[in-house]
Amino acid sequence: MGYGLSFGWLKDAAGAIAHGAAMTVFLIACTTVLGILISILFAAARRSRYTVLRKAVAVYVEVVRNTPFLVQLFFIYFGLPSLGIRLDPIVAAIVAMTLNMAAYTTEIVGAGLDAVPKGQSEAAFALGLKPRQVFVKIILPQALKVIFPALTSQVIIMMLESAVVSQIAVRELAHEADLLQARTFRSFETYFVVTLIYLGLSMAVRRLFVAGGRRVLGAGVS
Amino acid sequence: MIEFTFWDILRNLIFATRWTVLLSIVAFAGGAAVGLAMLAARISERPWLRRFGSGYIALFQGTPLLMQLFLMFFGLPMLGFRIEPWTAAALGLTFYASAYLAEIWRGGVEALPRGQWDAGASLGLHRLQELRLVILPQAFAITRPAAVGFLVQLIKSTALTSIIGFEELLRTANAINNATFEPFTVYGLVAVIFFVLCYPLTQYARMLERRAPAH
Repeated sequence: MGYGLSFGWLKDAAGAIAHGAAMTVFLIACTTVLGILISILFAAARRSRYTVLRKAVAVYVEVVRNTPFLVQLFFIYFGLPSLGIRLDPIVAAIVAMTLNMAAYTTEIVGAGLDAVPKGQSEAAFALGLKPRQVFVKIILPQALKVIFPALTSQVIIMMLESAVVSQIAVRELAHEADLLQARTFRSFETYFVVTLIYLGLSMAVRRLFVAGGRRVLGAGVS
Repeated sequence: MIEFTFWDILRNLIFATRWTVLLSIVAFAGGAAVGLAMLAARISERPWLRRFGSGYIALFQGTPLLMQLFLMFFGLPMLGFRIEPWTAAALGLTFYASAYLAEIWRGGVEALPRGQWDAGASLGLHRLQELRLVILPQAFAITRPAAVGFLVQLIKSTALTSIIGFEELLRTANAINNATFEPFTVYGLVAVIFFVLCYPLTQYARMLERRAPAH
């Protein structure tokens, strides 16, 4: 064999790894906010009385859910310039991640909206609230509470999938790992350490969401 | 310079799809086998086995598949094995699938009433016999929609093996794109092919879910 593990390079690499981790966190933060906002609009659109709107969202959801994220990323970054839409790698990554996540969370938010009893909106209308107020103040908070665990899982899945945006040269965690292993020739150790950092990040995100969810949506959020 | 017509591109892509399909089948079968072992560990009566099972699942579900593939591809040569992209891809996806399938089936096992185990025991069955003859058939039936849904996930995940050099659909597409400079067409077609593979399964999973008996 003649190959021993060595982690001496880690000290010099700490800065690059921290930078990559920060970029990963930045990407997933943007994606979470944008993706969930879009999916609330889309979930409402799926329940609108306009057939065209309902169908368009349904097609979008099916196309995204049945094709690989990496292919969507390549299509957006390499394919769209043929139509004159040229995106910076970071922007392309955020667009691809947001569109991907929104498709999944549209289904999740939709399930949450369906779970709120009809009586809730009837009661709100009876109190004289306008349709928008009923949706934003009565239905949505209850729906979000039900689906919060599923949303949390989806954010973590997306964060782990974001490792492939390294392929369009966004300098996030996985890309820093690629650069490091090319420089240090310590491929296994580099990917091992970076994999553990991803594990730590996903556990941290879960804790953060559970704590944040309890605070914003009240007790009973797990 | 070689000229590619639309049909040349499509034909080459469809030809490469067989590797995507084969890899999906191998990974699903391998994942089911390893997943069963992990399920047995996860619900074992020995605490250390249960801890091992849940640690294994947490590790594979909490880290990116891309990193798992890289570790497989760069790690095994360190142990002295020469490894082809195909082997690394099949092994990496097998472990990944096993964690998810074990977790899906555990959900099914835990949904069953405790009395099912007791009934098996009263018939004089060993724990493994109970699992095989009484518990698993029912757990599989309950979780079939989720397992089919995961198969879709797995098929899409095979695209990642292009990055470690396995010549499946997406890697072939990258090569064609380098020759034709028609990324819009090439990646658009790849998306269509994946959609054609996955959509019927998604619909099947949905149908199973609708049909599922209420528990």
